[in-house]
Amino acid sequence: MTDTAAPIAKGPAPKIVSSRFDLVDGHTLQGYVRTGGYTALRKALTMSPEEVTAEVKTANLLGRGGAGFPAGVKWGFCPPGVFPRYLVINGDESEPGTYKDRLLVERDPHQLIEGVLIAAYAIGAAQAFIYIRGEMAHAQERVAAALNEAYAAGFAGHRVCGSDFSVDVVLHWGAGAYIVGEETALIESLEGNRGMPRLKPPYFPAVKGLYMQPTIVNNVETMANLPWIVLNGGAKFAELGNGKSTGTRLFALSGHVNKPGVYEVELGVTTFRDLFEKPEYGNGIRDGHKLKAFIPGGASAPWLYEEHQDLPLCKPTIDQAGSMLGSGAIVVMDETTDMVKAALRLVRFFARESCGKCTPCREGTTWLERILDRILAGNGRPEDVRLLMDVSDNISIGLAWPPRQTTICPLGQSATTPIASAVMRFPDEFAKYVGGSVELKVKPRGSAFVGPLTVTSEPANV
Amino acid sequence: MSDTQAVEAPAKTTITVVVDGVSIEANPGELVINAAKRAGVEIPHFCYHPRMEPVGMCRMCLVDIDTGRGPALQPSCMIPVAPGMVVGTTSDTVTKAQDGMLEFLLINHPLDCPVCDKGGECPLQDQTVAYGPGESRMVEEKRHFEKPIPISDLVFLDRERCILCDRCTRFASDVAGDALIQFTERGNNTQVMTFPDESFASYFSGNVVQICPVGALTAKPYRFKARPWDLEQTESTCTTCSVGCRITVQSSRDELLRYQGVDSDPVNWGWLCDKGRFGFESVNSTNRFTQPLLKGEVTSWSQALDAAAGAIKAAIDRDGPKSVAMIGGANGTNEDAYAWAKLAKTIMGTGNVDAQLGDGLSADALLGLPRATIDEACAAGVLLVISPDIKEELPVLFIRLRDAVMNRGLKIVEVTPKATGLSSLAAVSVQHRPGEGAEAVRAILGQATTGQISVLPDVIAKAAGLLGGAVNVAIVGRTNLAEPVSASAEAISAVIAASGDTKFLAVTRRGNTLGALEMGLTPGVLSGHRVGGPEGLDTNGILQAASEGKISVLVLLGADPLSDFADSDLARRGLAGVGTVIAIDTLPNDSNALAHVVLPASGFAEKSGTTTNLEGRVSTLAQKVTSPGTARADWMIATELAWRLGGDLGIESTADVWTEVANASAYFAGCSTAAFGAPGAADGVLLPMPVTSVSLGTIASADESEATEAGGESAGSTQMLVTFATTTTVHRPAPQDAFSLRLIVGRELYDDGVALHNSASMSHLNRGGVMQLGSHDFDQLGIRPGERVRATSSRTSLVVEVKRNDAVPRGSVYMAFNQPNVSAADLIDATSATIDIRLETIS
Repeated sequence: MTDTAAPIAKGPAPKIVSSRFDLVDGHTLQGYVRTGGYTALRKALTMSPEEVTAEVKTANLLGRGGAGFPAGVKWGFCPPGVFPRYLVINGDESEPGTYKDRLLVERDPHQLIEGVLIAAYAIGAAQAFIYIRGEMAHAQERVAAALNEAYAAGFAGHRVCGSDFSVDVVLHWGAGAYIVGEETALIESLEGNRGMPRLKPPYFPAVKGLYMQPTIVNNVETMANLPWIVLNGGAKFAELGNGKSTGTRLFALSGHVNKPGVYEVELGVTTFRDLFEKPEYGNGIRDGHKLKAFIPGGASAPWLYEEHQDLPLCKPTIDQAGSMLGSGAIVVMDETTDMVKAALRLVRFFARESCGKCTPCREGTTWLERILDRILAGNGRPEDVRLLMDVSDNISIGLAWPPRQTTICPLGQSATTPIASAVMRFPDEFAKYVGGSVELKVKPRGSAFVGPLTVTSEPANV
Repeated sequence: MSDTQAVEAPAKTTITVVVDGVSIEANPGELVINAAKRAGVEIPHFCYHPRMEPVGMCRMCLVDIDTGRGPALQPSCMIPVAPGMVVGTTSDTVTKAQDGMLEFLLINHPLDCPVCDKGGECPLQDQTVAYGPGESRMVEEKRHFEKPIPISDLVFLDRERCILCDRCTRFASDVAGDALIQFTERGNNTQVMTFPDESFASYFSGNVVQICPVGALTAKPYRFKARPWDLEQTESTCTTCSVGCRITVQSSRDELLRYQGVDSDPVNWGWLCDKGRFGFESVNSTNRFTQPLLKGEVTSWSQALDAAAGAIKAAIDRDGPKSVAMIGGANGTNEDAYAWAKLAKTIMGTGNVDAQLGDGLSADALLGLPRATIDEACAAGVLLVISPDIKEELPVLFIRLRDAVMNRGLKIVEVTPKATGLSSLAAVSVQHRPGEGAEAVRAILGQATTGQISVLPDVIAKAAGLLGGAVNVAIVGRTNLAEPVSASAEAISAVIAASGDTKFLAVTRRGNTLGALEMGLTPGVLSGHRVGGPEGLDTNGILQAASEGKISVLVLLGADPLSDFADSDLARRGLAGVGTVIAIDTLPNDSNALAHVVLPASGFAEKSGTTTNLEGRVSTLAQKVTSPGTARADWMIATELAWRLGGDLGIESTADVWTEVANASAYFAGCSTAAFGAPGAADGVLLPMPVTSVSLGTIASADESEATEAGGESAGSTQMLVTFATTTTVHRPAPQDAFSLRLIVGRELYDDGVALHNSASMSHLNRGGVMQLGSHDFDQLGIRPGERVRATSSRTSLVVEVKRNDAVPRGSVYMAFNQPNVSAADLIDATSATIDIRLETIS
């Protein structure tokens, strides 16, 4: 993607991470420093690491990779006194529809690097790794160039800004595997091994991570928030948003809207309808069509529907609705969408990206793909829909949300959510393909799967 | 399968966990799957193997584990027990997960069980009986791959059958250290594969066949040979080398078909090397001697025995007992060795017996040094290794040492003339020039040295720092067959001088070398380490005497001096000088081709008895098949020959041997066939046995004809035992001129030995007779790798191909022993301290 391809929001939300997206030279050291860059790093170096961590905790900055775990709390999981410890930045953004980190890296690499330096200082890491997805060549080049500039200017490397703090930041290029977005698989890949997830327990990265040392794995966007938090204070950040969903977030809007793009919105304030309809965001469902369904948080999230449109973009609310904000990828489907084909498209992605390590994911996702393929080819049998759900159930027992998985990591389960969503909401579309009524044995337990729910627009501050 | 073997009983401090409603005690750190197994709850699994790190990949062992936050599905192979843990293996969720997992494993698994070697002993098949839906719901085409493909000379891979459990790949990288097979591709296309143009050429490749939970990996020697339910099996001990791995010997219709490793905790952990595993091919060889031969013609036993006895009698009558000599006996059983030792020393009256072929340590070292076990070597903290390449000679000991280095903090200090299979694992590899070994040992132990050695001072310093002037455990052996045994004795003496309480593990090549020596197959030693019996010559001396015409009859007990003695010229002259050669053997070789009388002997698995490994561990050998033709056990041949010589060995069974030796010496006190076969002796018995009911004071010798006839000690008297004669001689290597390279000769696993030669699958695996030099010497000499050059020693001159091998230090040249086409032994002069070689290009 070129620098001008994605339209950028001009909405009322404060721009914490996307402030330089429109600058021609936002990716250069000159442009970055001119717009206030690296002042947060200097400020952080005057504070103690504990003080920096405290600010991040106060900000309640939730991890922006998908799971939404508070970053400051995560940092505290490193066993005290165990060194070396590592900071690893997960830039292996590869879920269909997710492209927010790419813009962050391409357009404002120094903001990422400054965040990394601050975080490394806070957790006491002398080495940080920025892992960028294999396919994102432009992003890699931008980070590489920015790192060279940062090193040359004394922001990274030996004695950062003349302080006693030294850190090496290493750019690592992935080789193109979605699974490496899973933090333990990313660590394996960084170590030079096949990108396959490790089991948790015992391999919680904060305890036994990279090279079996304590390791903090954070998302690109999480890091990009840190300079603002350090400069403006955690409390100021926490004022933004709603309840525990503090600050702003980047959402990558795609699919059947008139104006797809990456938009930074305040959490808990903006609703899905705002995002779909408002001119500064999606500017309406394409060509006057109607909304049929949307994926609120990446391909692995249970689908939501028109009745969910007025929910605010805020983690607890979406969790309560039975889905997730996940990686911040919102995919809109209008009424022209063939939901069986949509399900296949998503399942195929996960089947192709399965690493093959554990049985249910390796065998199950491909089986699901092949059944859907067959149904779409006109060779479906009425019992195939039941089979789809049974197989899904064997990967993700009970099709509950949050899911229970028989797999090592959530990838296998991710392939089952589009099936559960499509089958439960649009059984007639399947019935048409298979030429018979759909009778299910498995009763999913995810609330988004089982139909319209009463959800309050108040965040469920739990 | 070996899975059942490694589950250990709980120690005293235990953790209480509940498994399926029953409270059990588990060891801290013990995995749930093992704790449950001991409680009688078998959790199904495929990828878990008790001798490898768990990976939790197959997901078959998912169970409900509740640590206070409610039951959650967890892989029981990954989770250690914790206090108060509640494990449920029978809930609906667990059953559903297990059934689902089995269905997933089967959807792409070909249902070719009727033609699959694994059918009948297949964990996937067995678990399909117990779990899963019973019929397939998949109507799509299964995954297809070319099947099967050879991934090495010995192993075939069928990727369609593979369930990707990571056992073989983990074994290769984690256990064997030969990461030559790996997963490639991903997701549904994931497959086990070798690297391009590189085969799975591991000495341990057969193990992956044994641990494969399906029929994906099959071994060439066994493919399509039998159905598992037609196999009969018995437990035995491998005698291919002196590690003594426990195995099951499997046969069908009286033919050996397969050996499988048995998990013996102190020894082999279930692993085998390929040479041992596939060695049954030579037992089945059509080349076996099946009838006695007299001057090459088939004859009857009585005629052959008469001829042998006649020759021996005539020799004794004419030239005295010393004109009779016996070489060999280290490949047989303890019982064989005792019968022949007794025959030689009591009835023939000769002390010219040697089980070794001049290629091991001296008998006083093997019998007299304080002995360490494999476990002790692995737990030594710092282990000193002054031995031949353990990966080549004793492969499974290498696996044990590798595990100790990788997982148990063992540090190895190696002293060797060239890099070995152990070097990359060693904390320090002190690589010296031939002839400088003892000097190097003295240097790293901080003792006075006399001259310069070719090792960098910082290497010496690092080794010295690790050892701290003392040696806890040392593995010792002949580092170089082109140096005399005295060089090893000098090095061992230096170790003893450093710390008096060092324990030794002595590397011997042939399976029962130690057992044969303990039974008296060496001059001046009677059974049980006792000094006594007629004095005589060792193999070196016998061949020397023979070459001078002083040996009239030479008995070869499964020995082939022409191939196996590290001075071909002396061996040839020796055999040429002998009047009558009598060979007791299983297969034809260069030496027994010269024999006047050949008596066919039973091979492995054709006779029962015991063998003693390098630790001094006695374990049982079982008969599984009948000997070919009229071949019989060596000890029976000895008794027959004794009668014809007018004596009686008093041995009518293998049990008689143990009764006799147990009475004769304190060392064997308590030994009996029953004791070795006792249920508690499954891992063998380390000698001497703990003194319990046996009182040393009551050892009788009245019925011990050996001791009395041979003038041995009388009853109750103090038995003088063999001790290692430490040497204070400091030998200085001769100066090496600038045009010479100093010769290193070592054994490799695959050589041209008679057993491998007669194994169809392995006969071509040796690397051939080439001369190996480091890169710098190529430049120095102006020769190129692959070139054929003339190599000249003081003995002879031969034409040999040169190969680049940077494991060989500058100024040295390496040849493997007993390889086809070119013989390193031709270059060796056994009387010379070092062998210098000149290389010339052939124009």
